[in-house]
Amino acid sequence: KQWYQRRVRAGKGGVGKSTTVAVLAGTLASSGLSVGVLDADLCGPSLSRMIGLKGSIHSCEQGWLPLSASVGKGRISAVSLSFLVENQDEAVIWRGPKKTAMIKQFLSDVCWGALDYLLIDTPPGTSDEHMTIMEAIPNCSVVLVTSPQAVAAADVLRQVTFCKKTNANVLGIIETMSGFVCPNCSDCGLLFGKGGGKRLAEYCNIEFLGYVPIDPNLSRLLDRGELFKNFQSSASIQSYTEITKKLIKP
Amino acid sequence: MSMHCGYLFKRSFRRLLSSQNNKGLPRKFPLAGVKNVILVASGKGGVGKSTVATNLAIALSKWCSVGLLDADVFGPSIPLMMNVREVPEINHQKLILPPINYNVKCMSMGLLVDPSSPVVWRGLMVMQAIRKLLRGVLWGPLDLLIVDMPPGTGDTQLSITQEIPVTGVVLVTTPQAVALADCIKGAEMFGKVSLPILGLIENMSFFSCPFCSVKHHLYGSTPLSELVAGTAADVPVLAQLPMEPSVVRDCDKGSPSVIDNPHIGLVFDSVAERLLLHLDLESET
Repeated sequence: KQWYQRRVRAGKGGVGKSTTVAVLAGTLASSGLSVGVLDADLCGPSLSRMIGLKGSIHSCEQGWLPLSASVGKGRISAVSLSFLVENQDEAVIWRGPKKTAMIKQFLSDVCWGALDYLLIDTPPGTSDEHMTIMEAIPNCSVVLVTSPQAVAAADVLRQVTFCKKTNANVLGIIETMSGFVCPNCSDCGLLFGKGGGKRLAEYCNIEFLGYVPIDPNLSRLLDRGELFKNFQSSASIQSYTEITKKLIKP
Repeated sequence: MSMHCGYLFKRSFRRLLSSQNNKGLPRKFPLAGVKNVILVASGKGGVGKSTVATNLAIALSKWCSVGLLDADVFGPSIPLMMNVREVPEINHQKLILPPINYNVKCMSMGLLVDPSSPVVWRGLMVMQAIRKLLRGVLWGPLDLLIVDMPPGTGDTQLSITQEIPVTGVVLVTTPQAVALADCIKGAEMFGKVSLPILGLIENMSFFSCPFCSVKHHLYGSTPLSELVAGTAADVPVLAQLPMEPSVVRDCDKGSPSVIDNPHIGLVFDSVAERLLLHLDLESET
């Protein structure tokens, strides 16, 4: 496969993996690139809501067709389990073997077309989904996401160990939820502290890609699936844009 | 990956497990000496399950004997939050003795493996590990075991709900749409296995700026009861917790906020009182 494959993972839940994938995809696509997005979090597929894509997957002779949308000068194509289920509230209660089979199908049976990047959003942990992806795409690169909290950094440290043991190419660590600028008084409060991700990167000798502040406007856009309609309006997008430049440098 | 404590199952449990493997679905057996079990779950990761489970366990321990099981084998947060570091001892029956801190018995995968080592297991190994954390630990005698569940609706959730009788579930969510969506899925799942949802706890409800005191609803200000109305998660909201940096700091240093923060203490005391109404503290086990 010609495209670059990046996997966004954390180990810890709720630190902003799906948010990071959504915004990175938007940033890359805005500059004219063709970006694929695969949501490997089968039990909690948040990505489709965030990027505002809804509908059912159709198939062609070669396999499944992802849902896609134009973003800026480029394009985003996405595959998620939420495109395959009718009732979005229904829980997907699957054990490992079924999840493994689904991930394998997403990787082998989808007609992505010509992509510049494939971004894969993974669930928290180091289980079936992660092992299946590593086995199927051994040369994929990994972007790690953490919040500043020690409990989050502790989980991501385990991810780093896993990546090193499997010789995965770790591109760096992003620290999300790093500071909140009060819209009223413009002072910056540290809800979850600051620097935990940077310290982790230094401890593990991995590149620190940057801080992303808490951005209520971004949260609102993601909740409503309107990210790409108002892409430049959020303060945190600037932080992600700087991070994207570091990720795609040759 | 092998368990470092090196204990053995009793012969009766071996027969039980092999009969379960043959027939598919296990029969539920209560944990020896444990009267009630409450799951703290969410569906979504990072909404504060472990924070809530920890503080709730300590609040409830004022009224009854409480244990806290960290069922998140991949991201075990309880040792850090409860400031429990010691490697557990084994008794003469080869059962793990759960360490005690803040008057709560604790057990976690994090106490059995090196903190920096990842647990890289497929689902079947996870099931076996959960069974060991449930039945290979000397929990009893105990009035209440609180189980801090991992995110998702997969192997761990199925293993626990199929293995032991559960009094009920407390769901934790933030007001964020993606968190609510997963919370509703979680409620759906528990409904399918006929577990009562005892209530919702709304975490990260708002943030009060420490400089100007203005309240910010970072994920919207619609009441949670309206957001879940008509869904599987349409149950009483037991508490609304703000985003407080002090709570984050307390978790990170292993000193749960319910101990020294009067406001947080009152909130969790109130939740504890409501949950006590669902517990059976009288019967012998």
